[in-house]
Amino acid sequence: MNKFFERRYVITGIFLVIIFTVLARLYYIQIVDDKYEIYANSNVRRTTILYPARGPILDRNGKILVQNEPIYDVMVNPKDVNRPFDTLLLCKMIGIDKEGFYKRFIKAQKQSPAKPFIFEKQLSVQLYAALQEKLFEFPGFSVVPRTIRTYPDSIAAQFLGFIGEVTDRDIKRSNGYYRLGDYIGVTGVEKAYETVLRGQRGVQVQMVDSKGVPKGSFANGALDTVPRSGERLTSSLDIELQRLGEKLMKNKLGSIVAIEPSSGEILCYVSSPTYDPNLMVGRQRGNNLAKMYNNPYKPFFIRPIQAQYPPGSSFKPLSALIALQEGIISPNEIFYCTGHYKAGNRYVPCNKGEAHGNVNMARAVAESCNGYFSMVFQRIVDRYGVKNTEANFKAWRNNVMKFGLGARLDLDMPAESRGNVPTPLYYDNIYHNGGWRSSTIVSLAIGQGELLATPLQLANLECIIANRGFFYKPHLIKAIGTENVIKKEYTEKNYVGIDSGYFEPVINGMQQVVENGTARRSKIPGIIMCGKTGTAQNPHGEDHSVFVAFAPRDNPKIAIAVVVENSGEGAHWAAPIASFIVEKYLTGKVTAREAGYTVDYFANANRLPDLALYAKDLAKERRRDSIRAAKIDSVRKFKTDSIKKAKADSIKKAKQETAGNNKAGSIISILTGRRAR
Amino acid sequence: MMSNQQQRSFFFNVDWLTVLLYLVLCAIGWFNIRAAVYAPGHSSLIDTSTNYGKQFIFICASLVVAIVILLLESRFIAALAPAFYVIVLLLLILVLIIGRNVGGNQAWINMGGGFRLQPSEFAKLATCLLLARYLSGTNIRVTEPKSFMMAAGIIGLPMLLILRQPDMGSTLVFCSLIFVLYREGLSPYFLVIAGLFIALFVMALLYNPLYIILTLVAITALVVYWGRRNRKLITTMVIGLGICIAFIFSVKFIYSKVLKQHQTERINILLGITTDLRGEGYNVNQSKIAIGSGKLWGKGYLHGTQTQYSFVPAPSTDFIFCTIGEEWGFVGSITVIGLFMFLILRVIYIAERQRSPFTRVYAYGVASVLFFHVVINIGMTIGIVPVIGIPLPFISYGGSSLLNFTILLFVLIKLDSNRMGII
Repeated sequence: MNKFFERRYVITGIFLVIIFTVLARLYYIQIVDDKYEIYANSNVRRTTILYPARGPILDRNGKILVQNEPIYDVMVNPKDVNRPFDTLLLCKMIGIDKEGFYKRFIKAQKQSPAKPFIFEKQLSVQLYAALQEKLFEFPGFSVVPRTIRTYPDSIAAQFLGFIGEVTDRDIKRSNGYYRLGDYIGVTGVEKAYETVLRGQRGVQVQMVDSKGVPKGSFANGALDTVPRSGERLTSSLDIELQRLGEKLMKNKLGSIVAIEPSSGEILCYVSSPTYDPNLMVGRQRGNNLAKMYNNPYKPFFIRPIQAQYPPGSSFKPLSALIALQEGIISPNEIFYCTGHYKAGNRYVPCNKGEAHGNVNMARAVAESCNGYFSMVFQRIVDRYGVKNTEANFKAWRNNVMKFGLGARLDLDMPAESRGNVPTPLYYDNIYHNGGWRSSTIVSLAIGQGELLATPLQLANLECIIANRGFFYKPHLIKAIGTENVIKKEYTEKNYVGIDSGYFEPVINGMQQVVENGTARRSKIPGIIMCGKTGTAQNPHGEDHSVFVAFAPRDNPKIAIAVVVENSGEGAHWAAPIASFIVEKYLTGKVTAREAGYTVDYFANANRLPDLALYAKDLAKERRRDSIRAAKIDSVRKFKTDSIKKAKADSIKKAKQETAGNNKAGSIISILTGRRAR
Repeated sequence: MMSNQQQRSFFFNVDWLTVLLYLVLCAIGWFNIRAAVYAPGHSSLIDTSTNYGKQFIFICASLVVAIVILLLESRFIAALAPAFYVIVLLLLILVLIIGRNVGGNQAWINMGGGFRLQPSEFAKLATCLLLARYLSGTNIRVTEPKSFMMAAGIIGLPMLLILRQPDMGSTLVFCSLIFVLYREGLSPYFLVIAGLFIALFVMALLYNPLYIILTLVAITALVVYWGRRNRKLITTMVIGLGICIAFIFSVKFIYSKVLKQHQTERINILLGITTDLRGEGYNVNQSKIAIGSGKLWGKGYLHGTQTQYSFVPAPSTDFIFCTIGEEWGFVGSITVIGLFMFLILRVIYIAERQRSPFTRVYAYGVASVLFFHVVINIGMTIGIVPVIGIPLPFISYGGSSLLNFTILLFVLIKLDSNRMGII
């Protein structure tokens, strides 16, 4: 003891105050502040996304249309690139140059130094095998297995579509489901059934040390999820039929759509020119894509649902059926064809000016008498007097639309066109308030004028005739998943409002078309096919060859529409091609036609239009389309406006003027817009 | 009487509570070193290729040394203090010539066989002993300038040599001996002034010097006004103000000229002047993450991710507390700190029960050095003091450190066991 004894308490006090400061700080960082736990987890956790295999697609008989093949993506985690290594060796192994290497690396760092970045995509199994042995030499680099699509038969490209990397918009729209570098269906069935095909991603959360070396699963795998493969799709296509169809359409522009009338299942879906879907995967995809876009024949244009043609004579059976249902004419009423039908002050030429003489309905269909159908059409439209032209035309239009024309058929594919059945307002707009008569629009009777239909709509039309009055919604995917789920809407009959009894005279006529009419050279031995040839007018060149048919006559198994562009009459090209498809489907083989034409003759024929001319036409067509679109737009706009307004004439006239101005304005803007591009 | 006691047992009067605390801390150290370098598959507990295997040998060796110390004659210890001090000084000079440079500090002498000696560790012991010897002399009063200068010299000499290495951490440890001087009669103003200067140093870095000076002037003016009749007070305050202002201006100079760049950076990071989570700030940040992520109960023994997956630097030596904080949580941290405080307060208690001033002064030296190490080491891992590389006593991996603290403590236990006698 000495006199400074009490200082022990001062020293003890100072020690305690300091140590309590330390404890308070410890309390704060260990108990109060939660951020360190989060940081610790982000230090040690590495989340790997496990990609599920995309669902395969089969044909109707279970044959594979699309399957998956393993490929490997090289990933880099910039944070883990913590020591120098032989960059040149890596570049060589994955086939890039040094500049590309640095460019990617900087991009990866910009994205996030802690997140894996896809450094090089889609290494083949061979490249991967070589790389894997050396991978430990490249810190921060890893390889993630993925799958890509392969198409063993290289067919049905427009049906299958392709997948591509997601765009920023896709990511935004998916509410964060997709991440940069993910794949998504871009077109075709891949797009339409994306959510079914993509499956469910899994994640694997691993622990890594400060050098990025994996140290086992995090929290014993509590955060891990197993990827679930995408569902299998069974398509309605018949691989054999599809292959034959694509062979027949080689070097031609056009399409084939064949439907099973008793189910609405599409059996054959050819869009020509086509391409090998295998070109849309792998590392050359970008180059191939560019080539395809630059191809003037537009292989990406899905002709069965996007191309719209005037149906031409193939429309006539429909005209006849409506007339019968409306009681306008009886099947046996005789009409005398002079070779020229006079409607008002217009002449409709018929049969190249040669008189058909007396025709009844069956003969009119069989010989495609323009006069007969013009007469029938005029009778319908003028039925309650000229003053009621608009109402009558509307009624006719409604009847036509019940057959699936002028509106989308809701095919289970993206980007379907509507086709067109003109509205009374459309004519009002052109001929100004009632300035049109049945004679003005008589060309509709023979499928010309403003009528437009897609090949799919034409084929569906044949289904309706084959079924005698109803159709199932056409579709390309028959069943989803291993349990073969079928969408309910595909099992419902859609009636078109024509009594089944009215079909026989029309079908008689159609049978005659093939038996001894325009398509007699396409007669299939032993099979009664009912069809109708058509010639769709093409203002830029030779007409489009159209043929629609179904077979056999009783209990039909197949309905078909074939369009061969720039090939003249339906009987010459479309009909024989259709007959081969029908024969193949019904008998399993193809024989030569009576005239000696074989499949190979058609397959080898080149009907591609002259490139220079075609390109010019295309440009014109585009302009015309845009004008039409603008017209339709302005008409639609006008229509909605006018409903609200009173019917007072003065107001209506004022409206029309403004609508006219709008129309002009929008056309100009579209035209200049195109030029500017 | 003394000889009788010693004949009864070598361990007569040994303070077993202190020994127990020592053993517990060593055991905690060993287990946490094992956790820090743990790799699954390393099943052998005593594998001399690993840190924990080596530490096991160090602990055994330390226990042998402890027993040897208990067997020594107490009076030798005081008698040999000057010789020991001189030997250590020579070693400190030697290390500057032939020492091995590890981590920027030329602090180790190679002993062969993979073992290295760190003289600066033993300098603490030697200084405490010589200081005790000097201050316990007759007619020595710290309050007298001459004695104070002598005591300051005993402390300052090894500091200068260690600063040459340059081992800032070990140098600063000697500053803790101010508590010893205080206990022996040094004016409390020294503590106040030391505290004031630390505060001024920090403030001068954080704030504009002008504001600090204005504040100081205002305070001085108030005090002067209040005691305006007291001439002496006025003089002291004005001189004090002058010194403070001079110090504030010299801070920038000290900062840029005296301290090394990494030291200034560490201080900057501590004070939040700069953040550099990839460079100098990386260690502290990762250390805080490890400790902070332990939460209340910790992640469990051998389940610390941050320490085991080498996010934390030097996890078995200077940053060993991260393993404790991460795997044992707040509860474990409090326990370890509690054990240390228990030991330190026990040492102070031992100090105050001595008849011999030598033992008392020495005990306060032990308590101060231990306390400084604990606070600076743990404070560094949780980011309240700058990163200074000094070990956590008994727990950090390292033979020299463990041996030094063992000797430091067991010399005290030996001296204490003889508290009834006169040296």
